[in-house]
Amino acid sequence: MKFPVYLDYSATTPIDPRVVEAMLPYLTEKFGNPASRSHQYGWDAEAAVENAREEVAALVNADPKEIVWTSGATEANNLAIKGAANFYQSKGKHLITLKTEHKAVLDTMRELERQGFEVTYLDVLPNGLVDMAALEAALRPDTILVSIMAVNNEIGVIQPIAEIGELLRSRGVLFHVDAAQATGKIDIDLGKLKIDLMSFSAHKTYGPKGIGALYVRRKPRVRLEAQMHGGGHERGMRSGTLATFLIVGMGEAFRLARLEMKAENERIRALRDRLLKGLSDLPEIHVNGDLEHRVPHNLNISFAYVEGESLMMAVKDIAVSSGSACTSASLEPSYVLRALGLTDELAHSSIRFSIGRFTTQEDIDFTVDLLHKQIGRLRELSPLWEMVQEGIDLNSVQWAAH
Amino acid sequence: MSAALYLDYNATTPVDPVVLEAMLPFLTAQYANPSATYENGRLAHRAIDHAREQVAVAIDADPSEVIFTASGSEANNLLIQGLARAHRAGTGEALHLACAATEHPCVLAPMRALQGEGSGFNELPVDPDGVVVGETLKALTGHTHLVSVMLANNETGVVQPVTELAGTFRESHNGWFHSDGVQAFGKHPVSFRALNDAGVSALTISGHKIAGPKGAAALVRDRGLALQPLIYGGGQEGGLRSGTENVAAIVGFGVACERAAANLAERTEQALTSQAWLENALRQRGAVIFGEGAQRLPNTTYAAFPGIDGETLVSLLDRQHVAISSGAACGSGKAGASPVLQAMGVDLALAKGAIRISLGMMAHAPSDKHSVERFVAQLDTVLSQLQRFAAVA
Repeated sequence: MKFPVYLDYSATTPIDPRVVEAMLPYLTEKFGNPASRSHQYGWDAEAAVENAREEVAALVNADPKEIVWTSGATEANNLAIKGAANFYQSKGKHLITLKTEHKAVLDTMRELERQGFEVTYLDVLPNGLVDMAALEAALRPDTILVSIMAVNNEIGVIQPIAEIGELLRSRGVLFHVDAAQATGKIDIDLGKLKIDLMSFSAHKTYGPKGIGALYVRRKPRVRLEAQMHGGGHERGMRSGTLATFLIVGMGEAFRLARLEMKAENERIRALRDRLLKGLSDLPEIHVNGDLEHRVPHNLNISFAYVEGESLMMAVKDIAVSSGSACTSASLEPSYVLRALGLTDELAHSSIRFSIGRFTTQEDIDFTVDLLHKQIGRLRELSPLWEMVQEGIDLNSVQWAAH
Repeated sequence: MSAALYLDYNATTPVDPVVLEAMLPFLTAQYANPSATYENGRLAHRAIDHAREQVAVAIDADPSEVIFTASGSEANNLLIQGLARAHRAGTGEALHLACAATEHPCVLAPMRALQGEGSGFNELPVDPDGVVVGETLKALTGHTHLVSVMLANNETGVVQPVTELAGTFRESHNGWFHSDGVQAFGKHPVSFRALNDAGVSALTISGHKIAGPKGAAALVRDRGLALQPLIYGGGQEGGLRSGTENVAAIVGFGVACERAAANLAERTEQALTSQAWLENALRQRGAVIFGEGAQRLPNTTYAAFPGIDGETLVSLLDRQHVAISSGAACGSGKAGASPVLQAMGVDLALAKGAIRISLGMMAHAPSDKHSVERFVAQLDTVLSQLQRFAAVA
């Protein structure tokens, strides 16, 4: 076994060796600029780009013409939200999103607020899912766009994007979906789903970092104001030399996802359920987010009465993410977990386990053992745990200041 | 394709094997997200820091002045849009924009877009050799400006007197000066420190023009410059450029920059020899060389044979497995003459004949005299084909 055991697939995935193999020719002899129209080097690169575009489109049942290459899902989210808001602002200047969205969406929304747009940040239900009644109530005549992710990166819950799409289409409101964590994990059929804009990431689906795409619906046609101006690439929606090798990698990654998703999900679900079962005999643990409407790859668990930083130090043999986000000044509790109603302490004491294509049963069993050892040890050291064991209600304690 | 002759290095370059070798671990075993707190994540982060240092050393800047972007186009957009928006947010005033008429579309287009939002915009005219006329800078009438003039033009190879122009601008106007160094770096001496001392606040460079991978570039800028980001999100690059870092491409870019700054005098001398031989051969065959009177990059030759359509010539050469271009890659395939040549006052008919031959100057792919001799031999074949068609017609 290799240590640390990698259980952080939602942070990034290893590039599938088959994807690396597909990319290498474009880092060696097939180096042409796809925009070079005057020679074979350029045409070969262009053909590779168009082939990859078809593969991305095929995974989500879109038209290749609806796929715009970007440098990643962050850029795609920025392009979708700012691009649509800028284009449609004469129709209205109100947008809606969820408090649990990725920072690439939230931060972009905040920038739009600085530009004079109004944004409603909706609370989610305690299970992490959107409150459909609240969403409907938040819609206004001047609402132009709603952005709700398909799969949440921290808790893995799957939002009801089909239902949301129906609602928004009936109200003439554009629907953007960040699908960075969704590709290869859930079925996405843009022929059926009433979604107007969708962001994709390669490095969450066994492809390289540095490449993503934005789906922009053509029927009915969605327009965007370009954010990067220049040579007019991507039908004027996104200028900049296309990185052939990265695009080829994304195409191959998405092709493999399309072919292998079904079987892979079954295997991964079994492993995740094994992990959950293995941990479920630990007292005072809490699964964050709905278990049913959730991708099979994700498990997010809070371990009460275990201090967050010690927990992360104790599980160094597995590579996971904690419920804390490091900012330059401080350790902040995950805003996603806080949005579910968790206290700061509980958020800090959470671990996100995200498994994937190369996770083995051995990895899971090791993790179960490790957690049992370490949680037990840490709780033994915890005076709070001792008090809880004695039946003291911690909420009733008057803590003395020093 | 092994018999093919590639002479379109200004469009893009093959990746140096040394660069690829440095990248491979980050495309395989070292895949961690650089924001992860465990050891492999920190390792990835350190690799980015190391690349940043390599870039900084190569262009004579401080690592803290280097912002990684995914492309030169993005870096230019970040500077232009970012500065204009920060200025408006800070002062309520629209920044006045100006750039050379011969700038790359990724400078012209964002400036025109901002013009549409209320910024004043001037195209600075160039002389018949493609050099910016310094006097026109003095005539700018805005309150605060952003002026952008590239170090070297991608089509003609013409080198602009950027330090002089920045000096002229600084003497009489408020604002900032930016230079797109994407084509110049690796072919011509580039020192951000020297440029900065002369009044240049920001410089753009790109990986795929210097034997690095596509997908990594940098905006190098004075720390005092207030910029709004173009891409919001997780806060990477000090908040100025969010998004999970493309570690492999950045690592490759760092190595490529190191190599682009090395042995420049030697590589320049070799390129100049090839360029001189090539241009002599072209002139003998009746070609006109654009920007001849100006200082040009040692690898770039932009020329035309009067009466011969450039796209046709390039197409026939491609059939002989020779790769050159009839104008910039970004603009190739579009009907109409190059805006760069138009700005230089070149007659439209002659401009339609434009072909660009750009030699390799990178250590692993130098275009030696043998390559240019092969090129001229193929050119002769094609020219005689054209004469035969003309004779029959």
